[in-house]
Amino acid sequence: MVETLLATSLQRHTRSFRLKILVCMKQVPQKDAPLKLNESGAWIREDVSYEVNEPDAYALEEALRQKEKHGGEVVVITSGPARAQQVLREALAKGADRAIHLEDNAFVGLDALNTARAFASAIQNETFDLIFTGLQSDDYGYAQTGVVLAELLGWPHATIIMHIEKSDAGIRVKRELEAGFFQFVDMPLPAVLTIQSGINKLRYATLIGIKQAKNKPLRKVTMAEVQPAVSGNLQKIERLYVPQKTKNTEFLEGSPSEVAKTLVDKLRNEVRVL
Amino acid sequence: MPDTILVVVEQREGKLNRVSWETLTAGQALAAETGWTLEAAVVGSGVANFANEVAAKKVSKVYALESPRLEPYTPDAFSAALKQFIESKQPKLVLMPHTYQVRDFIPKLATAMGRTAISDCVGYKKEGSKLLFTRQMFQGKLAADVSFTCDAPWFVTFQNGAFRGDKAEAGASAAPVETVNIQIADGVIRNQPQQVFKEAKQAVDLTQAEIIVSVGRGIKEQKNIELAKQLAEALGGELAASRPICDSGWLPMDRQIGSSGQTVAPKLYLALGISGAIQHIVGMKGSRTIIAINKDSEAPIFEIADYAVVGNLFDIVPPLIEEVKKAKAGS
Repeated sequence: MVETLLATSLQRHTRSFRLKILVCMKQVPQKDAPLKLNESGAWIREDVSYEVNEPDAYALEEALRQKEKHGGEVVVITSGPARAQQVLREALAKGADRAIHLEDNAFVGLDALNTARAFASAIQNETFDLIFTGLQSDDYGYAQTGVVLAELLGWPHATIIMHIEKSDAGIRVKRELEAGFFQFVDMPLPAVLTIQSGINKLRYATLIGIKQAKNKPLRKVTMAEVQPAVSGNLQKIERLYVPQKTKNTEFLEGSPSEVAKTLVDKLRNEVRVL
Repeated sequence: MPDTILVVVEQREGKLNRVSWETLTAGQALAAETGWTLEAAVVGSGVANFANEVAAKKVSKVYALESPRLEPYTPDAFSAALKQFIESKQPKLVLMPHTYQVRDFIPKLATAMGRTAISDCVGYKKEGSKLLFTRQMFQGKLAADVSFTCDAPWFVTFQNGAFRGDKAEAGASAAPVETVNIQIADGVIRNQPQQVFKEAKQAVDLTQAEIIVSVGRGIKEQKNIELAKQLAEALGGELAASRPICDSGWLPMDRQIGSSGQTVAPKLYLALGISGAIQHIVGMKGSRTIIAINKDSEAPIFEIADYAVVGNLFDIVPPLIEEVKKAKAGS
């Protein structure tokens, strides 16, 4: 009995640093999509093109690189209507192992707290070592879901991460601060990290990857399954609108050479730098 | 007892973060409009000096939340300390600047207290007795007025530059300062932060440049940066870039303008092919004159431009360089 226990603990100690990583991803309107307000005036009309939230693409890329380095598994999760599945398909094509889709239109309107609650509920039977999110979403821009999720799970977290490496106690991460400053932080696992853009270079999905993605597991979770975990939002968008301009912008018209002359005119006479 | 607004100021590396004054200005404005009492708090170890600095402003009281475990900053310690304090004082509204450090702990603090934070706000509105907080959405393309649908305490963070730090009113006399000793139990803090450092040697200090020519994704390829460089040279200015350009390694990190890079306010900021994402704008919106060239007429950069050219920068910049050279040669 003692021999078996010793053997097992030695095995755990010498086993490679395999990581089971969950990447939370979001589908957002495309960067250059023309946005129109819907009838309620509290959201946009959804007849636009969508894409993966770019910071989340960096989070996924980092997870894939960690898996390539240490072994393990990368699982991707998103919440949203049927169209959000595209984000998961692309992730699977890039190398994620399986996907979880909380599929319901109603997920779109959830605030960060309830989105995090829904995710926590959906993954309650899993044992991840790390959870990554992008540092913020390009539609809401709150930068909260990852940190909220960490608190709900009772896990340590760190934000705006530019580097992750294995350490004796767990991981050592490089946190980005303002104005070009950085900081290393040692953390135990499991942990939640929000990942900064530019941490790595994004890969493209290969044709083989796209093909393999079709056979990878994609679990659907209904709103009903996570309903006990969520509540009404604690905040509400009362209205959405085109921002009021405070600047008097002068638009310069004409051919490129005309515009160039006008600009130099302004630079000399108004800006006074020439 | 009137309701209270609590402004949590930020101290880092032995200094009060200047953006805290902006949050105080916001607090003073809200206090004036609502009739609520304004108080402030500073969190750390040995922070009495900062508390005294804040007490010189028009504020009813300042608290120094003290514990040796609050230095260095960790989200576990800061969240625990503020939760303790806010539970005992029960402010209605808690205001903080939207710094990287606040982003690191405020969602944790709000969640631990069963509440929520409306973050990165650029202003507020009072409609009757209701407070709405305005924030940018979709990278600045739309604005949203957001309300709380839960009980207080309400957590709000304000974007850099949303309020003027120099408008923070001084107090008639120093406000009372109270030290609050915070107990943080063993095992609460899980992160071990190391010393803060600056990465590469900074070859250029963009904050000193009078003229900046900045490139964004619209520059398309690394070799096209040469064009922007020529314009910068013709104008006698410095070259800078938005984050994606630096991430790609097309320009070094010390040329980055934005929340992660430099914040500049030159006489002239010329933005070439920059869409105007919020993280970039916060780094340059204080520029005296902003000229933007972008082929997307909906680009948010045009919201803050003084002069705007909707067009192809590759058509416009070459004749512009020629005209600038002619103008300089002529004078």
